[in-house]
Amino acid sequence: MKQAVPAGELKPPVTHIGIIGWTKTNLFDGVFNSILTLVTLFFLWKVVPPLFRWAFLDSAWHTTGQACREAAGACWSIISINYRFILFGFYPYEEQWRPLLAMLILFGLLFYSRNREHWKKSLAYAWIIGLFTMGLLMTGGILGLPPVESTQWGGLPLTLLLAVFGLTAAYPLGVMLALGRRSRMTGVKVLCVLYIELIRGVPLISLLFMSSIIFPLFLPEGVTFNKILRAQVAIILFTAAYIAEVIRGGLQGMARGQYEAAESMGLNYYQTMRLVILPQALKIVIPPTVSILISAFKDTSLVVIIALFDLLKTTQSVLSNPEWMGFSREAYVFVAILYFLGCFSMSNYSRRLEKELSKGD
Amino acid sequence: MKGFQETASSEKTPFWLDPRKRAILFQLMTFAVVGLLAYYLTSNTLINLKKQSIATGFGFLQKESAFEIGESLIPYSAANTYARALLVGALNTIKVAFIGVVITIILGTIIGVARLSTNWLLSKLAAIYIEVMQDIPILLQLFFWYAIFYETLPSPREAISPGAGIFLSNRGVAFTVPQAHPAHLYMFLALMSGCVIVYLIRRWARKRQERTGKIFPAFRVGIAIIFGLPFLTWLAFGAPLGMNVPKLGGFNFEGGLTVSPEFIALLLGLVLYTAAFVAEVVRAGIQSVSKGQREAAMSIGLRPVPVLNLVILPQALRVIVPPLTSQMLNLTKNSSLAVAIGYPDFVSVANTTINQTGQSIEGVAIIMTVYLFFSLSTSAFMNWYNKRVALVER
Repeated sequence: MKQAVPAGELKPPVTHIGIIGWTKTNLFDGVFNSILTLVTLFFLWKVVPPLFRWAFLDSAWHTTGQACREAAGACWSIISINYRFILFGFYPYEEQWRPLLAMLILFGLLFYSRNREHWKKSLAYAWIIGLFTMGLLMTGGILGLPPVESTQWGGLPLTLLLAVFGLTAAYPLGVMLALGRRSRMTGVKVLCVLYIELIRGVPLISLLFMSSIIFPLFLPEGVTFNKILRAQVAIILFTAAYIAEVIRGGLQGMARGQYEAAESMGLNYYQTMRLVILPQALKIVIPPTVSILISAFKDTSLVVIIALFDLLKTTQSVLSNPEWMGFSREAYVFVAILYFLGCFSMSNYSRRLEKELSKGD
Repeated sequence: MKGFQETASSEKTPFWLDPRKRAILFQLMTFAVVGLLAYYLTSNTLINLKKQSIATGFGFLQKESAFEIGESLIPYSAANTYARALLVGALNTIKVAFIGVVITIILGTIIGVARLSTNWLLSKLAAIYIEVMQDIPILLQLFFWYAIFYETLPSPREAISPGAGIFLSNRGVAFTVPQAHPAHLYMFLALMSGCVIVYLIRRWARKRQERTGKIFPAFRVGIAIIFGLPFLTWLAFGAPLGMNVPKLGGFNFEGGLTVSPEFIALLLGLVLYTAAFVAEVVRAGIQSVSKGQREAAMSIGLRPVPVLNLVILPQALRVIVPPLTSQMLNLTKNSSLAVAIGYPDFVSVANTTINQTGQSIEGVAIIMTVYLFFSLSTSAFMNWYNKRVALVER
């Protein structure tokens, strides 16, 4: 008598598990899908190996510009020879450890702030002290540090400075605009709506033009601001409008009951907002706020057009050097990688945070 | 609450404790601050302008511009006025924005659908594309494509021809186009009238379906009319087949249609960048339609195409349209970065105007007004469309 094999001992057919099974369900599931896979593979085969050869095998890594021209592949020498200028611009050569240290402090603070358990009051103080130290390191003038004019600032520190200070200053302004837009006072509301829609309707570059050519006219005679600060103001005014819209979304997401509960406890408007509404609303909008941070970081590259020496502009001035002319692809790919690393880590973090925040609900 | 207020007011509330009066006071104060700030800035500006002896006003628009513009949709020369130069710039912006929007929507939809594909390879490739493109500043991408054009591509003498009468060189792309012929005008008119006829037929078909339940193959008939009418016109003119092939003459191509490297770089950068965002929008829209909708539609016997047309798309579009609008506006606003690579768009022309005349305030005001107009008119159109497709709730 034959014994029936218990179901648990039967293995699924080979075509349904393991590599073959996975390939079958994910790549060759039906005629159309198989054709798609083959076309994609052909495309990859056409593109990836030559690109790899260009970037790694045939490339020159640390040579003179002349030797680069003879290499068949990419000329990474433009980066390895000029990286100090690309990263720090015209900042005095011997003093470049200072912006480097400032950036390290910034990265350290950002890294520490990633963990939500560290979000306490002490962190806020750490940030204030950190930002202050960074500014001090950049300007110098005390503790035996020779002063460095802001006209000499450039490269990656300038890009980060514009982004970080831009967002820090734009955030409170954005909160105020958002509250104003939701206000029951018609006059305040109209002003805020006008501001937000006006700023969101025009490109950032028109504001930067305004900051570089019109802003000096606004000031009384004898008062001048440096160019970086003016661009910074334009970026702040621009970013604030976008932050306001994001926060408005958070405010609209609050249930009416929250307002009513706060009012029934006898809290006035400011107490209601500060203690009940804003803490919850701002928490909801953390992920979209990070996307604003990402676009603000990318948008700082626009200061190239008003001739500030940010990361992109220092790269371009290396490219205008006759020795390195014609290696734009390599230089821009390098800058793109830097931007990508920054933005990708931020967007990755935002996704993780979104998951964490939605877990509690 | 009411009773409390009444008792309070009977004891003559001081005005700073009455919410309504306090609100009025607060608003007055806000207006006063804003007004004072505006007054302060304006008076400073007027003093500064007087010192630098810059005349205010828009009179400069009527003066001769004295600069050439590389490409223009309307006749223009350096002898024309600044106003006309700005119009040329605005038309160039509209040109690149319009073409860009159309291609972006198509490309973005394809990538968004590819991202949702069950094909693992395709889906991962689309994901990589979206992430990489979103994380690199648009300006950097524009510089990159522009550099590819003027550094990598050969001179017109050694132009690369990928086939079919297209020539790639560092002076741009030269296309072969049909020889100009009076028939083209009539073909265009036929196309336009075809569109109108199709619109009328679709309306009639819908009404008839509501009345009698009979379905008219409006889509197939429509396609036939839209393509058929111009084709018949073309035949009626004796089917002119002359082609205008670009030929090398001197240092550049002559004949055919040459598109400048600036335009191509700008278009390429804008489209590839914005398509990544549109792909995300499309993906979210399609995912927002629950699986049950498709299953329900199929269970009442609809074929796959009507399922898509009548059930899935109308619901997905509702989610897609608002963020899509803002992406299209972003594309239009980002087209102002043309100034960095030398495509004569509106901002670029206005910038030249400002540099030549010194009328910075008027110049920036014009830039802002024009972009506001673009933005507001697009969002007005999209709001109208959105209202049409929006869910009608009970």
